[in-house]
Amino acid sequence: MTKIIVDGKEVDVPAEYTLLQACEEAGAEIPRFCFHERLSIAGNCRMCLVELKGAPKPVASCAWSVKDCRPGPNGEPPSVVTKSPTVKKARNGVMEFLLINHPLDCPICDQGGECDLQDQAMAFGVDNSRYAENKRAVEDKYIGPLVRTSMNRCIHCTRCVRFTAEVAGTADMGAIGRGEDMEITTYLETAMASELQGNVADLCPVGALLPKPYAFKARPWELGKTESIDVMDALGSAIRVDVRGREVMRILPRVNEAVNEEWISDKTRQVVDGLQRQRLDRPYIRKDGRLVPATWSDAFAAIATRVKATTPARIGAIAGDLASVEDMFALKSLMANLGSANIDCRQDGTKLHPANGRGSYIFNPTVAGIEEADAILIVGSNPRKESPVLNARILKRWRTGGVDIGLVGERADLTYSYQYLGAGAETLTELGNGKGFAEVLAKAQRPMVIVGQGALLREDGAAVLAACAKLAGSRDGLNGLAVLHTAAARVGGLDLGFVPGQGGMDAWAMTRPGALDVIFNLGADELEIAPGAFVVYQGTHGDRGAHRADVILPGATYTEKSGLYVNTEGRVQYAERANFAPGDAREDWAILRALSEVVGAKLAFDSLADLRKALYAAHPHFARIDAIETGAINIANAGALGTGAFTSAVDDFYLTNPIARASAVMAECSALAKGRLQQAAE
Amino acid sequence: MSVRRLAEEQPASFEFTPENLAWANAQIAKYPEGRQASAVIPLLWQAQKQHNYWLPKPAIEKVADMLDMPFIRVLEIATFYTMFNLEPVGRFFIQMCGTTPCMLRGSDEIKAVLARRVGEQKMVSADGNFAWLEVECLGACCNAPMVQINDDYYEDLTAENFEKLLDDLAAGRPVHVGSQTGRRSSEPAGKLTTLTSFYGDDGRSGPASDKTQA
Repeated sequence: MTKIIVDGKEVDVPAEYTLLQACEEAGAEIPRFCFHERLSIAGNCRMCLVELKGAPKPVASCAWSVKDCRPGPNGEPPSVVTKSPTVKKARNGVMEFLLINHPLDCPICDQGGECDLQDQAMAFGVDNSRYAENKRAVEDKYIGPLVRTSMNRCIHCTRCVRFTAEVAGTADMGAIGRGEDMEITTYLETAMASELQGNVADLCPVGALLPKPYAFKARPWELGKTESIDVMDALGSAIRVDVRGREVMRILPRVNEAVNEEWISDKTRQVVDGLQRQRLDRPYIRKDGRLVPATWSDAFAAIATRVKATTPARIGAIAGDLASVEDMFALKSLMANLGSANIDCRQDGTKLHPANGRGSYIFNPTVAGIEEADAILIVGSNPRKESPVLNARILKRWRTGGVDIGLVGERADLTYSYQYLGAGAETLTELGNGKGFAEVLAKAQRPMVIVGQGALLREDGAAVLAACAKLAGSRDGLNGLAVLHTAAARVGGLDLGFVPGQGGMDAWAMTRPGALDVIFNLGADELEIAPGAFVVYQGTHGDRGAHRADVILPGATYTEKSGLYVNTEGRVQYAERANFAPGDAREDWAILRALSEVVGAKLAFDSLADLRKALYAAHPHFARIDAIETGAINIANAGALGTGAFTSAVDDFYLTNPIARASAVMAECSALAKGRLQQAAE
Repeated sequence: MSVRRLAEEQPASFEFTPENLAWANAQIAKYPEGRQASAVIPLLWQAQKQHNYWLPKPAIEKVADMLDMPFIRVLEIATFYTMFNLEPVGRFFIQMCGTTPCMLRGSDEIKAVLARRVGEQKMVSADGNFAWLEVECLGACCNAPMVQINDDYYEDLTAENFEKLLDDLAAGRPVHVGSQTGRRSSEPAGKLTTLTSFYGDDGRSGPASDKTQA
């Protein structure tokens, strides 16, 4: 630790801190454009100038480290001044230069109201300009479907360039030309290839890069802001949902160091239009082969007739990928009251099971733990598609060096280099003999084996899981097995025990022809239900599930209900309701509660608070928000490893759930990504 | 300085010749493993030389592939340095120095010749032979005025000898690189005025064989 005096106040900071960090530690606010905590230091905007005693002129505090400061003449700690007239004048000068070529677009600029340049111009700008010459004009660039450019506004901070190179790992953007003619662009105006490209619009301190789908839609001050949790993948990124009236206008990331730092994937961010389109806003009943609008009571009556006409053993329930813990708890309780053991939350058929212990189905080393890992084996997963933000964390670890990364499964561009070990189960068998990469893992201080659903969906899924758990081992009681889920609801469902009870059928068995008479489908759109059974689809979008339904009960999306989600690490997270469901749609727990009375299996809670009370009583760990309950791994009867290659569970990153499939923006991104794949193949 | 873009018409592909490829690999080998990107400027330079002194898009991509760099990183470099020509520059690319010493020694006349014979700056002449550009000091002030044509300097120009030089180049006749008045490097025009005791009676330096020229 090194002592330094900031504005007369002595602080003790690590020597490798920059002056900017030291000043912040001392409570001084430093304006900046190019500096960003999570990116490398560029030092090119010069806005963070401070006066350093002994230095002949102001220094850029972001690029000057504490250990480079000289002590005073009598050995006093170095002294920094952030509020002197010199500093003020220097920053005024920088601001004047920045504004020379910056257009006065604020009234028509989407960044207006949340613009760093606008805010800092209030502090360091002047109300007129001494510049009479022509302003520089820059052609706008096409850089993809998600980010709109207004390059006249660019101040060349290069945050976007550093982000795509360092965090996204695709190095899409660059600065061509030089001096006044420097232009930020992608290579010959191709679309960015990253799944995290939307973040460059957040990073842009001015209005040069803005979210394209949100262009000219709203002003930041007219939006209601609600903190929530993302359900597009199993990472559970922290998000903020911005709503105007009933409509979600945009989704932005929140900082959660343990999960998403401050990035979110493009699907998380731009799925917004999918929340509006294809919505189920009233109940439907299938009559003569066609779905016709109905009232809630008619829909319930139709269900009750069918339920009462059959036996509990011929009723089943499947929970989908976006369901909250409360929804699944309500459905599970309903099925218990009806006396059926046919429940399953694993529509993809993954072989994970709560009986194997909680440790067997969560990302034990935690997402933040990736940064400590020194050997990572990825099995049957493409983390870039399955959870791009998590992949960025692996890239971050890889960039610091000293980590061995191996891959068993499909070859893919993961943005970092890895040792390709083999395609499938055979390789895993070989690794089980303790040779090759298994030795690396055995020697590692913090080994990690990331298992994707692609490897667990197979017949020998349990054996794969057992083999991976064995390879991962544990260090100081910390387990190295990291199960990467693709569904936001999965860990919550497994925690609840939303799996077949004694003698019950799993999702695959339930959907076979003639297996059941009535199936409750709680938003499970990724599986085919054979003709025959009477299907009650409770969901939000007119997607695959709704097409197969006999009765549709319109539910609420993740922004429209308050709920708990458990991410792939097993972290319980709370999402607040941001807006209301459209039309007659209701929150899902309430629908199930109302239905339970009609089918004669009344649920014992009348409010969400009561439901949560019952939930916490049955499963206490759900009450511990943002905590991870660790668990043991006891995989019994794993069976033998089979043969054959692993494939990733996510084929098209942009279209993994009904909300995303309803989004036009996601469809465009998907088409572009397919085009890139084709081009690469040629 | 102005905005630089790649040429509209681009060749379909670019490959280094075997000699240049060997040369390029030797350049790459100078740098430690994982630092091949350091060789980007020499490689671009060689690609430009091979390709009539301008860099086409396929060459930029080729160099990027050879060095395992993203295309945009190489494009950044190609657009940053003005010594990389992004558009065709004819067989002979003439960089005419117009900075003060050359201007005082008559570069305006040279410029007039170029304007008359070649046309506007950055435009390839109708016969495809020449393109010219006024540049800042090329560091041959002693022998002003001067031009650089492709890799070589041509000095001590006058309107007459410059026209002849252009005629010779266009016709493919051999030309003398360096001073066009027969002076050796940047020695005084006429006779040596210092260190005369070290040199011969003719007041010029160097071995006798050099002195017969021009």
